[in-house]
Amino acid sequence: MKKASILMIVGPLFLLGLYIFPLWKIMLGAPQYPDPLGLNIHINGLQGMNEFDIQNIDGLNHYIGMQTLPKVEDMWEFGTFPTIIGIMVALGVLIGILGYFKKVGYKWFLGWFILMSILGLLGMYDFNAWMIDYGTNLDPNAIMKLTNPDGTPMTYKPPLLGHVKMLNFDVTSMPSIGAWLMFVGMMLTLAASYLGWKNTKKQ
Amino acid sequence: MKIYKQLIMSMGAVLMLVSCGQQNQNSNGALSSSAAEKVYVAPGEQDEYYAFLSGGYSGNLTVYGLPSGRMFKEIPVFSQFPTSGYGYSEETKPMLTTSHGFVPWDDAHHPDISQTNGELDGRWIFINGNNTPRIARISLSTFETEEIIEVPNSAGNHSSSFITENTEYVVAGTRFSVPIPQRDIPINEYKSNFKGSLSFISVDPEHGHMDLKFQLLMPGFNYDLSHPGRGKSHGWFFFTTYNTEEAHTLQEVNASQNDKDFIAAVNWKKIEEYVNNGGGTKMPANYAHNVYDESTHMATTTMKKEVLTVDPLKVPGAVFFLPTPKSPHGCDVDPTGQYIIGNGKLSADLTIHSFDKMIAAIEGEKFDGEAYGIPILKFEDVLAGQVKSGGLGPLHTEFDGKGNAYTTFFISSEVVKWKLGTWEVIDRKPTYYSVGHLMIPGGNSRKPFGKYVVAMNKITKDRYLPTGPEMEHSAQIYDISGEKMELIYDFPTHGEPHYAAGCPAELLAPKSKKIYRLDENKHPYAVTSPTGSKVVREGNEVHVYMSTIRSHFTPDNIEGIKVGDKVYFHITNHEQDFDVPHGFSILGQNTSELLIMPGQTKTSVWEPKQVGVWPFYCTDFCSALHQEMQGYVRVSPANSNMELKWSLGE
Repeated sequence: MKKASILMIVGPLFLLGLYIFPLWKIMLGAPQYPDPLGLNIHINGLQGMNEFDIQNIDGLNHYIGMQTLPKVEDMWEFGTFPTIIGIMVALGVLIGILGYFKKVGYKWFLGWFILMSILGLLGMYDFNAWMIDYGTNLDPNAIMKLTNPDGTPMTYKPPLLGHVKMLNFDVTSMPSIGAWLMFVGMMLTLAASYLGWKNTKKQ
Repeated sequence: MKIYKQLIMSMGAVLMLVSCGQQNQNSNGALSSSAAEKVYVAPGEQDEYYAFLSGGYSGNLTVYGLPSGRMFKEIPVFSQFPTSGYGYSEETKPMLTTSHGFVPWDDAHHPDISQTNGELDGRWIFINGNNTPRIARISLSTFETEEIIEVPNSAGNHSSSFITENTEYVVAGTRFSVPIPQRDIPINEYKSNFKGSLSFISVDPEHGHMDLKFQLLMPGFNYDLSHPGRGKSHGWFFFTTYNTEEAHTLQEVNASQNDKDFIAAVNWKKIEEYVNNGGGTKMPANYAHNVYDESTHMATTTMKKEVLTVDPLKVPGAVFFLPTPKSPHGCDVDPTGQYIIGNGKLSADLTIHSFDKMIAAIEGEKFDGEAYGIPILKFEDVLAGQVKSGGLGPLHTEFDGKGNAYTTFFISSEVVKWKLGTWEVIDRKPTYYSVGHLMIPGGNSRKPFGKYVVAMNKITKDRYLPTGPEMEHSAQIYDISGEKMELIYDFPTHGEPHYAAGCPAELLAPKSKKIYRLDENKHPYAVTSPTGSKVVREGNEVHVYMSTIRSHFTPDNIEGIKVGDKVYFHITNHEQDFDVPHGFSILGQNTSELLIMPGQTKTSVWEPKQVGVWPFYCTDFCSALHQEMQGYVRVSPANSNMELKWSLGE
């Protein structure tokens, strides 16, 4: 149980990477952008991959009537997500320590993992909902109003994961370092749950 | 059975034919494609070297890639350049100020890249204006002219602008001797009244700012070309002279009489010490010093009123004359600093002096007379060797860093490769036609990059499709990586390239600026946010603080301008994206357009003469909505009461 508890203490600490590294990244490449524009999505705000990328993405998007990219104060998520992550890390570490002193069992470990997974999925859902709004809620007076071959207005929702061709841009969306660290951390807590469960079976 | 045999035989024959055909193709292909492969830089690929070719009478500097010969940019230096507004915009007009007023043109000759420890460091490139003597410094991160200093007491600023091996000085020598100070005297009193000035302009190691430290007043010869000593000869500077006859008319004949002219060897370290200890005479002067500030995007002129002159006779051991046959033109020093090459343009031979022998002769005080008090060394005592080339009219020599030298021959139209030390000719290749300078990247430094040589010719004739009587000058690229030179490319240049300078691409490409930062823009009329746009009247001067971003001007409607107003459009480009300039022009403007880089502010003056509504627009195809990037200015009669009004999107 000691080994499992140590894993349970270490695992949630990996989530602290989210305060430094981006969770997700979206790359926009085009013929006239051989060095692609890039957006780093942190839990506490958006950052351009290069200093002026956000300004330049907004500049391009105004042609098709997209809203400007949200600033920290524009979205409640950027205030709430860091708090939730902080609480989850503290909770996870606490469970691990209590496990170490045999005050709680593996079910608590698993419980943390499940709670974190649910929160993660909710976060993804929220992120996707924002992208739908961002890509479809367009200015009716946009300079360029493009339509699909079937006559419906063209929308510009970036993919949640993977690659999409949007007008002249290749848009690629994928998890970034923060997400990978979170993934590793969560896997450690899952391993802790498994080891804890094996331990109980032995006894 | 028979049929099968025939079939097999005929198939065999076909196979043989096919294979023969392939063999032929291969061998032909290999032969004809080798030169093409060497210069071919595939689409999307980049060149190995930068080459900066002087524009001669264009007054500018052009940037090329090697080995492709593709031109990347023309950098305006001494000439007004309507393409960008250089010399037309209010900010850059002061760059062309001289003691003779606004001089919008010059003859740009010899670019030289800054060095540290005798190797190219890629900070700046310097170039001389020949006609109204000036030296310019160009930044190699923005590729824009940053500074121009006028050289007083000089005329035909030709033995310039060559730099010492730590960029301590950029040196400018006079080709035409003149009365110093200038005065009203008969031309035929040339002898002893005319002098030749050699100017040592110090370069601030941090900002590159130039300052005329001292001027050496030499006898009235023509100081044709020069190069610094390097390595062991660092601290010396060498100048070729012609017209030691001191003729003042029909120089073609009268300046070609002496069998030998001189190479002047100047120990500038010694003179620097003399000057630092308070030596020299201050002389009243009047010359312009123009500095462009990257953060204000503006140039300012300071008129300087004094120059420190040095009489060479007051600094014993600082100046010597090395006799050199036949009106030598180019003066080149090999990468080790040991050999000083005089290219005797009216002879077939090259004269090579030895630095060690020169020092020994000076120490042994073995002099062969003097000229105006300056000791003349004995020709035989300083001679290292002569190249019996078989060519005619040697002009300039560059080095490959592998012990070889390459000399151009103007009259016989060829480049001759020869070996330093043995003086034997290794190879010769024709040029097309009448070659002047040649350039090996770093070829006049301690560390040449001996892969290509570019020959710059004076005559084009039939090399390209004809374009009437006037044609651009032709240049050739030779591969010099092997024992024999190989002509691999032929390309037209712009203006009349004299000298050129080159360096490896990786020295400059990574630090080439992409934008100017808007948050560092300190232009007094900059608008750093679109809400700061305004129009201000001060008497009949109107200042429009305007900003641009794809794809509109702020403001784009202006009313209340009157006939007789002087309207300053101060335009700030708010883009912070690489390669998104905006242009500006307005109908009836008596000047050029402006081309404003991201983050930059430029100003154009417009003096409307007619009542009406006049459009302005963006001249650079900036975006999909470029055609819509336009606006109107309403001009009312001079006595109108129209108040100033400006707007966007109302």
